[in-house]
Parts: sequence; structure tokens; C-alpha cells
Amino acid sequence: MNTTYLKLDHIGKTFTRGAQSTEVLRDIRLTIGEGEFVSIIGHSGCGKSTLLNLVAGLIPVSQGAVLLEEREVNEPGPDRAVVFQNHSLLPWLTVYENVNLAVSKVFAGRKTKAERRDWIMENLNLVQMAHARDKRPAEISGGMKQRVGIARALAMEPKILLLDEPFGALDALTRAHLQDQMMEIHSRLGNTVIMITHDVDEAVLLSDRIVMMTNGPAATIGEVLDVPLARPRDRIALAADRTYVHCREAVLKFLYERHRFVEAAE
Amino acid sequence: MTLPAIKDDRVARLPVKTRPQAREQAQEKVIALEPEVRRRTDFRALSIAISRTVAPPLIVVLLILTVWQVAFSAPGSSLPPPSEVWAQSRDLIIDPFFVNGSQDIGLGWRVLVSLERVAYGFGLAAVAGVLLGALVGQSVWMMRGLDPVFQVLRTVPPLAWLPISLAAFMDSRPSAIFVIFITAIWPVIINTAAGVRNIPQDYHNVARVLRLNQIEFFFKIMVPAAAPYIFSGLRIGVGLSWLAIVAAEMLTGGVGIGFFIWDAWNSSRLTDIIVALVYIGLVGFVLDRMVGFLGHVVTRGATVS
Repeated sequence: MNTTYLKLDHIGKTFTRGAQSTEVLRDIRLTIGEGEFVSIIGHSGCGKSTLLNLVAGLIPVSQGAVLLEEREVNEPGPDRAVVFQNHSLLPWLTVYENVNLAVSKVFAGRKTKAERRDWIMENLNLVQMAHARDKRPAEISGGMKQRVGIARALAMEPKILLLDEPFGALDALTRAHLQDQMMEIHSRLGNTVIMITHDVDEAVLLSDRIVMMTNGPAATIGEVLDVPLARPRDRIALAADRTYVHCREAVLKFLYERHRFVEAAE
Repeated sequence: MTLPAIKDDRVARLPVKTRPQAREQAQEKVIALEPEVRRRTDFRALSIAISRTVAPPLIVVLLILTVWQVAFSAPGSSLPPPSEVWAQSRDLIIDPFFVNGSQDIGLGWRVLVSLERVAYGFGLAAVAGVLLGALVGQSVWMMRGLDPVFQVLRTVPPLAWLPISLAAFMDSRPSAIFVIFITAIWPVIINTAAGVRNIPQDYHNVARVLRLNQIEFFFKIMVPAAAPYIFSGLRIGVGLSWLAIVAAEMLTGGVGIGFFIWDAWNSSRLTDIIVALVYIGLVGFVLDRMVGFLGHVVTRGATVS
């Protein structure tokens, strides 16, 4: 757990448009161990999605480097699968075909057709979506779409799973259900996960560590909080747990006392 | 007792597109009825449905024919009335596929010849248009370079291309096909480019995470995502090709429907021209609907959310 799996080495990002350049992130240093679940929390506009895109390789870093297993990564790939905030399933494909798009590309030449089919169904079963395999995204609910998005990402067998506010657009009940499912999947598969969130409870409930970002421009990591809660975690039992309440308080204090949201200009 | 049951059944079966539930209910009731009664109600429902969709246009057409008949039946009027069209061009109306000699053939044959040219020209335009549109839509530099050229060229009328294509191909057949091609390609390019530009960033990201190559991206993401745009371009394009073929054939000759009109004009067979106009209109309508239907089938479920 303590070995370095992913290393963000002095990462900075500056967006340049014409003569104007904006420094979004400055000097991000973070190491993540294999199997760790890390949440990144911060006010909106603090660059946490940018940070995730840098790790995913969807945008290039301006300074520093992203190192995965001591090798630099600077372009996107299926070893860092992303679950996008708005599911981004392809609407013309069925649930099965959406996962198949990923599986047939990633496992081309490595799995036979029958093996690939079993692997797709296994991942759909994991998120309990096997029953909707022939439905199109427009025919299933938002929570179901997000589950298929997770299945598609898991089916790539990524080294790191990147979740970009995966449950942000869902109602509270669905969100709780998916959080529980995510915890179960994490305990079963032991993936390394980075999750962007703005929900304090979600961060505390799911994470091993919470990375708290300062406000932008030139945002950086303000504090990293360990969440020493035993797994499996139960949201009802934890509600009164002292460690849980303490962690929650620490994140809230960071967000609302020390780094109050200052974006009145916008 | 049976009378209300028949009534219910008829009411339930009237709308052609009922919800599945309603249709099931209707079928359940049908099973309970006598076969003879069912056939009669089926026929009635069908006839009512037909009369609803067919009667209004039929009445309007009859009205137009009547007005036309009245307006042009005076002796010495410049155009023939419908009765004269029927009297003189009955063979063309009744049998589209007769053959009485190399130049005396039914209009169906002529339309097929024209359609063949359209198929070549429009087919090429569709393929080239989608490829070029994809290029223009995907690259900012391509768009900056090519879009102004396209915008200027697309306003050139189809027939203005004919002399230069005759000079280039030195034959009327490829020239006519080229005119179709050059007429139909612009809306396909412009719509495809718009469709490609409107592909959500998320789909690009999915493709990048999966490391899809250019060809995979083109077939698996770009074409399906842009399909609604592509098909609206194809629909405009097929309409334009049909407009262009008639004009082109008037000048290039041959067997097509356009040349037939020109030939009829030269031999003062005004009634034949009128029949040919109706043929052209009907075929154009069918072409438009066919592409529209194809688009409807292909893009099913592709509403961008």
C-alpha cells in the first residue's frame, strides 16, 4: 500500500490563449499507492477536473510529470480509464455494445470472442446492469448510465480508475446506492482509484486519503487527510462514528474556514 | 349484446399507431368475435384510415384539374387542358414501360435512365462529401482553407458546370454525372462538417482513452455521431441532383427524362411535357422520402443527449 504506484511530480498547468495565460495548477506533489482510494476535493473552479485530465493524459502538463509505475505518461490510454461526469456513453450503441467498444479495442488479440463476451457480461454483472444489456442509453436512468460508464472503465482493466464527479448529477438516493456499489467493487477488485468530488460525505465515506485543494488561480494541494476508517464501511453505522465525524469536520473546516470560496467576481 | 362489442372493437382499432397496450387490448377483443365480423371491421377501419390520408390531397388535385380545365378549354388557349392531355398522351400515362422502337419508349424507362445517372453522381457525391466534410469538420486549418472555397463554389448553378465538364470529359454521359456530383456534394460536405464539429468533447475523450486510430474513430464515432447531420445533407443533395439531371439532359441528349421534355418541346407535344413533369415530380418526391426514411432508420436512437 505504501509503495509508490502513481506519482504526480511537481505538476503545474498553465492555459494559454493568445497573449493571455492563466496558471491553473502549481506544484502539485502527490504519491498514490497501489489499491489506494484517493479523493480530490475543492471548490468549483479550483482545477480539480484539470488535475484529473492531466493524470488521464487528456491535456498535457506544463511543468513536471505524471509517473505511473515509474514511467512517464503523457497521452491518454486504457491503463487510466476515466468515468466521465456525464457518463458519455455513445447513444447509438446498446449498453453491451458500449462496453464492447472498449473491450474489443483493449483486448484485441488477447482474448477470444467468447472470452470477450464473458468479460463484458462479468463487468455488467459487477455493476448489476446485465439485465439491460440490449437497451440504449436513452432508455435507462441516469444512475444506470453511470453504472454502465463504470463497467466500461472497469472492463479496460485499468491500472488506475479515474472518476470525475461520477455521482454528481444523480439524486441523493441513487448516489448513495452507487457509492455503496463503488465501495464493494473497490474491496473486491482492489483498484487504485482517484475520485474528484465536491461532496464532503462522499469523500470521507469512500476514501483512504482526501486531497484538499486550495482555491485557484494557481491552485495547489492545501492538505492531505488520512481517513483511518476500517473497511467495509457502513454509512449508517459511521454517521455517529467519532473518527468519521472528525474527518468530516476537518474537511469542512478546510473548505469553509481556511479556503472560503472566493469567486464573487464571476 | 354483440353490437356494443363490435363498436368497441372498431373504436379501439381506428388509430393506426396505438400504444402497444391499447393494441393488445384490441387484439384480445378481436379474438372473441366472429371471423366474419372481424373482416368487416378491418375493412372499415382501413377504408376510414385511407380516406383520411388520401381524400384531402385527392380533392385538392381534382379541384386544381377542374380549374385548369375551365381556364384552358377555350379554343386557341396557349396550353392544353387536362382532357386534351389525357386524349393525346394516354399511352404515356397508362403504361410507363412500353417499347415501340428505339426512341418511342415509356416514360418509366426514361426515368430509370435518369435515375441511373443520378445514382452514379449522387453516390460519388455522398462518399466524397462525407469524407471531405469529415476532413473540414475535424481540422481547424482545413476549415479555414476550404470553407470559403466551398461557400463560393456551392452557389454556382448546376448548368454553369456543364460546358467545362463537357470540355474535360469530351462525352455527354460522364459530363451529366459530373454535373450531378458537383451539384449534390456541397450540402453533403457542409452538413457533415457541421455534424463533425458538433461531436461532443466527451466522445473525443472516450476515443482518446481507448486509443482509437483515425479509421476506427471515423467509423465508430464520427459517422454515427454525425449521422443526423449527414442525412439532412444527403436529403438536400438528392433533391438538388434530381433538379440538375433534368436540366443537364436537356443539353446533353440521350434517353433520359430531361431530354424527352426537350424533344417534346421541339416537336410541339405539349401534352407529353405535362405528363413528364408529373413523372419528375413524383420521382423526386419518392427520392426525397427514400433518403429521409433511410436516415430515420439509420439514426434511430442517435439523439444527442
